[in-house]
Amino acid sequence: MQITSPEFKANSRAALADAQLQKALVNVRTGFIEKRQKAVDALPEFDRLRDSARDIKNHVLENLDLYLEAYEKKVVQSGGHVHWAQTAEDARGAILDICRKANARVVTKGKSMITEEIALNDFLESHGITPVETDLGEYIIQLRGEHPSHIIAPAVHLNKEQVEEDFRRVHDHLAPGRDLSEPEALLGEARRVLRSRYFEADVGITGANFLVAETGTSIIVTNEGNGDLTQILPRVHIVVASIEKIVPTLEDASQVLRVLARSATGQDMSVYTTLSTGPRRATDVDGPDEYHVILLDNGRSAMLGTEFQDMLRCIRCGACMNHCPVYHAVGGHAYGWVYPGPMGAVLTPSLIGVAKGGHLPNASTFCGRCESVCPMKIPLPRMMRHWREREFERGLNPGVARYGLSFWAFFARRPKLYRLASAIGIPLLSFATFGRKRLAWLPFAGGWTKFRDLPMPESRTFMQQFRDRDATTKQAAR
Amino acid sequence: MDATMARPRVGLFVTCLVDLFRPVVGFAAVKLIEDSGCTVEVPMAQTCCGQPAYNSGDRLDTRRIAENTIRAFEDYDYVVAPSGSCAGMLKKHYPGLFKGDPRWETRAAAFAAKVHELVTFLTDVRGVTDTGADHHGSVTYHDSCSGLRELGIRDQPRALLAKVDGLTLNELQDADVCCGFGGTFCVKYSDISNAIVSQKTEKIAASGAGTLLAGDLGCLMNMAGKLKRQGSAVESRHVAEVLAGMTDGPPIGGAG
Repeated sequence: MQITSPEFKANSRAALADAQLQKALVNVRTGFIEKRQKAVDALPEFDRLRDSARDIKNHVLENLDLYLEAYEKKVVQSGGHVHWAQTAEDARGAILDICRKANARVVTKGKSMITEEIALNDFLESHGITPVETDLGEYIIQLRGEHPSHIIAPAVHLNKEQVEEDFRRVHDHLAPGRDLSEPEALLGEARRVLRSRYFEADVGITGANFLVAETGTSIIVTNEGNGDLTQILPRVHIVVASIEKIVPTLEDASQVLRVLARSATGQDMSVYTTLSTGPRRATDVDGPDEYHVILLDNGRSAMLGTEFQDMLRCIRCGACMNHCPVYHAVGGHAYGWVYPGPMGAVLTPSLIGVAKGGHLPNASTFCGRCESVCPMKIPLPRMMRHWREREFERGLNPGVARYGLSFWAFFARRPKLYRLASAIGIPLLSFATFGRKRLAWLPFAGGWTKFRDLPMPESRTFMQQFRDRDATTKQAAR
Repeated sequence: MDATMARPRVGLFVTCLVDLFRPVVGFAAVKLIEDSGCTVEVPMAQTCCGQPAYNSGDRLDTRRIAENTIRAFEDYDYVVAPSGSCAGMLKKHYPGLFKGDPRWETRAAAFAAKVHELVTFLTDVRGVTDTGADHHGSVTYHDSCSGLRELGIRDQPRALLAKVDGLTLNELQDADVCCGFGGTFCVKYSDISNAIVSQKTEKIAASGAGTLLAGDLGCLMNMAGKLKRQGSAVESRHVAEVLAGMTDGPPIGGAG
């Protein structure tokens, strides 16, 4: 997909002017937050579970090589294959090879952000293979030729009227007069249309929420059951997962599962938690003949040992964006690549470079709400600041901001000069503006005064007034 | 023992916005701290906490500014700032600036331990339960992000406001949601900031309160600026002004 992160400002202006989008975003601001809070309130040990989840993932990241190799061994033992992919290109190549060997024409897909990251759908199509998204949200945006705007609710930027319009346009073999006014009707129609595609598919591709080292198991959580049909019905099942999805044991996976759904949708558990270990065994009633795992690095191992390592704890619950005032204002597409919101603001520069993704960690008020709800306690604002430091070191921030900052810092580092400048500047400003209490416009302050009035200073600084008061008190005491 | 000897010495970190834009908050802070049984001094060698540099990724300038601040304040018993954001910077972020420099790391940690935000200093350190102020009318209170999430300031200002004679507190819906200020964010991404602050002023209007209070001047200037632009009659003040009974002067951005 085309990266538009460098145009974040233009993207966000367009998003703010998009009435449909703004209407849809209200659901994020209210629904997700209330549901999560309810789930958290009902579980007194939630905060301790967050600590435990964080510790599990930290332990994995300190020993990632060990666990990855242990995991691979178990997958092979259970009859599966592991393909190591350094880059997105490697991953796409491995997937294409498997599909070709299986003579695949149709591929069903469970919801997977990692296949968005490697832009798999376009690639498969360009090689004559038809990918079919089976998650309702993903299915809808595939019909529209769009990309997810949220990592767990890919079509959250749409309203149901828009979906109805798309269904009528694409499902043109169905009766035009049918009633699609209720969300359930839309869901039912998608189900019926997708049902036949499951049987056509030669290969099913899913992501993974966890890879369990002790058993070689991949785990996905879904709410629609589409993931199960995707991985059980076709002859070949491919799991595409990034390397940090590893947890040591099933026990660890169930610990982290306890915070995942609660943080994401406010459910105690997702409706389906599906474990797959290898291909179908002789005694199994169903399952694929082949089981492949693509283990993708794509820049992640380079984050290990850096100030961005903590980001690899992320379990993609979406709580950070659900609670982010910036995401609430502009939605996910404005971020310009796969991962939006606070987690995207940290991860995107890691994966596509800070030169392209630099706006994202800057477009934050550092309000800290993301970190306060993150089930893995990832210090998101701190890492956004680290990106700003990298940008500053490389001189990537705009010249005006840079010069403004060094001008200000020159004074802020020299208290006497600072005192003098403010003692002259503030009365001067007050004089020049005729002692007004607020201004609707001030040169060089357009960023402020475009939307708000600027409250004006009193005629003298606190320091000036306090020194006078102090002197008077001391004189009186003498 | 002389009674004055038992009075702790407090260094007031005025904050640059209060110094430049709203001196009355500084005087309110001085009064409140003095009333709580302390001696207040205002070191002239202070400038800004350094957040504009820190949040722009300029660590070197931030460190230099932090060294200044620590030098100016480390001899006091307490360092108090009428801002959750600046106090959070001094308390939570300064020590990290000196990682790997053992001498400064120790100094910064000792300094950070003495830092408090004004309202929580009064309630949690000095045990103040009533500031003896009165304010006739309804107010609403916005929880500024850094104070709330870095320093746990939420119940303390409400407890003191509850004791102010004649005051009714109308709770603000989504009081814990950012106002969209974010320091340089509000000018760098002014369209987004505007969308966020517009949500906030909508909630402020819905609270029905005549006065908006908060503990951080940055947020207050943002919200007051938007309220004024919208022609709202809601007045904005720093919570210290009300707690110190110093509301005779005009509100932030003037009256009317």
